[in-house]
Amino acid sequence: MVDILNALVAFTNFVIIPASAYGAQLAIGALGVTLIYGILRFSNFAHGETMAFGTMVVLLVTGLFQSWGISLGPLPTALLALPFGILGASALVLFTDRTVYKFYRRVKAAPVMLVIVSMGVMFMMNGIIRMIVGTDDRRFADGERFIIRARDFKEMTGLSEGLALRTTQVLTIVVAIATVALLFWFLNKTRTGKSMRAYSDNEDLALLSGINPERVVMITWLVVAALATVAGTLYGLDKSFKPFVYMQLLLPIFASAIVGGLGSPIGAIAGGFVIAFSEVTITYAFKKVVTYLGPEGWRPDGLVQLLSTDYKFAVSFAILIIVLLFKPTGLFKGKSV
Amino acid sequence: MKKFLLTSAAASLVAGSAFAGGHGDEVKVGLMLGFSGPAESYAPPMAGGARAAVAEIAESGLFLGGKKLTLVEGDSTCADAAIATSVAERFVTSDGVSGIIGALCSGATTAALQNVAVPNGMVMISPSATSPALSTIEDNGLFFRATPSDARQGAVMAELLLSEGVESVAVTYTNNDYGKGLADAFEANFTAGGGEVTINASHEDGKGDYSAEVGALASAGGDRLVVVGYADQGGKGIIQGALDTGAFDLFHLPDAMVGFATEANFGSDLDGSMGQVPGTDAPGGDLFVPIGEANGFDATAPFSPESYDAAAILLLAMQAAGSNDPAVYKDKMFDVANAPGEQIFPGELAKALQILADGGEIDLVGASAVELIEPGEASGSYRVIKTVNGKQETVGYR
Repeated sequence: MVDILNALVAFTNFVIIPASAYGAQLAIGALGVTLIYGILRFSNFAHGETMAFGTMVVLLVTGLFQSWGISLGPLPTALLALPFGILGASALVLFTDRTVYKFYRRVKAAPVMLVIVSMGVMFMMNGIIRMIVGTDDRRFADGERFIIRARDFKEMTGLSEGLALRTTQVLTIVVAIATVALLFWFLNKTRTGKSMRAYSDNEDLALLSGINPERVVMITWLVVAALATVAGTLYGLDKSFKPFVYMQLLLPIFASAIVGGLGSPIGAIAGGFVIAFSEVTITYAFKKVVTYLGPEGWRPDGLVQLLSTDYKFAVSFAILIIVLLFKPTGLFKGKSV
Repeated sequence: MKKFLLTSAAASLVAGSAFAGGHGDEVKVGLMLGFSGPAESYAPPMAGGARAAVAEIAESGLFLGGKKLTLVEGDSTCADAAIATSVAERFVTSDGVSGIIGALCSGATTAALQNVAVPNGMVMISPSATSPALSTIEDNGLFFRATPSDARQGAVMAELLLSEGVESVAVTYTNNDYGKGLADAFEANFTAGGGEVTINASHEDGKGDYSAEVGALASAGGDRLVVVGYADQGGKGIIQGALDTGAFDLFHLPDAMVGFATEANFGSDLDGSMGQVPGTDAPGGDLFVPIGEANGFDATAPFSPESYDAAAILLLAMQAAGSNDPAVYKDKMFDVANAPGEQIFPGELAKALQILADGGEIDLVGASAVELIEPGEASGSYRVIKTVNGKQETVGYR
């Protein structure tokens, strides 16, 4: 019995908790990508940098608050700075929309052209972020770091496996649920949300019924900026802020959005968790778990690992390809790519 | 084809004349370090060490009968072979250097050596490239390093852990020449000594999330986690993840993880963890500290003493040969670094120049007690460190 508990704790500690937090971060990121795809009809490669930009503003404002002695007690100060980050990211995306994307919308450019344009925007934002904060790795999480420490858990339960739960992990999941609930309420219940969905379903019909396209576009960007900042800040709080990392996140985020079905908000969330759990589970070495569950005194010689951790990113690629081959519209019937 | 021949002939002419320019009244040496990239926090004190040695020799006025000595610098990055090659190319063809000090990382060093130094017959001496592969590389006797090979560090690390009574360890290494070389050398020595390596897995630098890697390492288990990584990259992420999940409490840190960055990141969370970094208890190290203070760099930082010595060996070999032609002075590198001869400590380079000019012999002890062995690398002594109350303290030498 104790062995089964130990196996369960080890699995929870190294797979379930990290994958859930990572999955929630990917899900919010993928929601932003999917909204842009659904409403503006292109894959926004600058999404990773939008996340980085929002997080950077949060980081700077957090520093300011800390120097003024403002804090949230056990919670990270960054939560207070989050609205400022959202404002900063909103200003940035609205500015790029006015100066860049608006032109391509007016000339009715093909989606593939917009994808390339968004790549250009990505490199520009990339440079701006580096000019403002540099390339360093920064940690801006403060307050209580752990809810349960591995060592305390061992002492409390007497098990030989520890379980650690970080504040940021719980925060990530709580904030993710709140954000998603808010987004769905907005899309399904409010007039603006409904007009956005109408515009996404059929642009011409929406125009006929008097929906102002520029307003829909503007609100979409604002929602996306908020989602990107929240996702980026949660990721930065959980790990650390390094501009380079956000570009790397683009692949799993796109994989999540496509696996779930581009354009489908529910799909983006499901996709985020599918990608996160498969990345972590497939590369997890089950040796410890198997040793606990197997017969007394027996332990496997190998690591019982499906794929070495070097192939972590290959997992998202593989899932992406499989989904595109067999279900091009994704798990939740999005638009085909 | 005709055009190609013409351009290559023109290119070699230009290269030749630039090269000849180096033989005038001015001697240039190139310093290429990874000022940006995964090991960027090591570069400033290393550059300080090399600059101090060059300045000392330049100001003495005794170098090659009073020739002017200048240092040109370049950022070779750590692992980008194309950039390292182009910097070395610039040194040789456009600056017309007579010797190259660098690079910082093994990857950049290998690229610059194979693509530029060997084809152009240029001497290169690295203060810090430690990959075992560089011992066996085809270098025509042109490559030297003021630091020992990781084959040696692997053996020292294995001995150290075995003598501490550690029987099983998990190993994670940064996926490049340095990481792979050291991890393999360590595993061979540790298992030969009766220890068990439960897992020897790589990690990529520059990722945000290392939970999958930490999960695999934790599952494999072991008394300690050996982190063959960089202090401001993946090595940091792995340690953070292992501490957070309670996977490992004790770590073993090879040279690239030892230093201020690790202390600042983890403080007393690493108490009890050990490591080793090239270093010695010879008096040279103490004499080097005031030089660092005078020039505004941390002389006790990893590879800073080696950088001073690398620059000193290169320039003293030119003096001993009476020539800045790489083909001539490359044979004097061993002579100036090893006995017999008068021992030379940091700050005494002017004296060394005078002795060599008078036809005498010197044995550069330098800041790191450097002693060159075949095929042109330091024999290697290591400083063993242990983290006590958040500070990395020296507990012995091996």
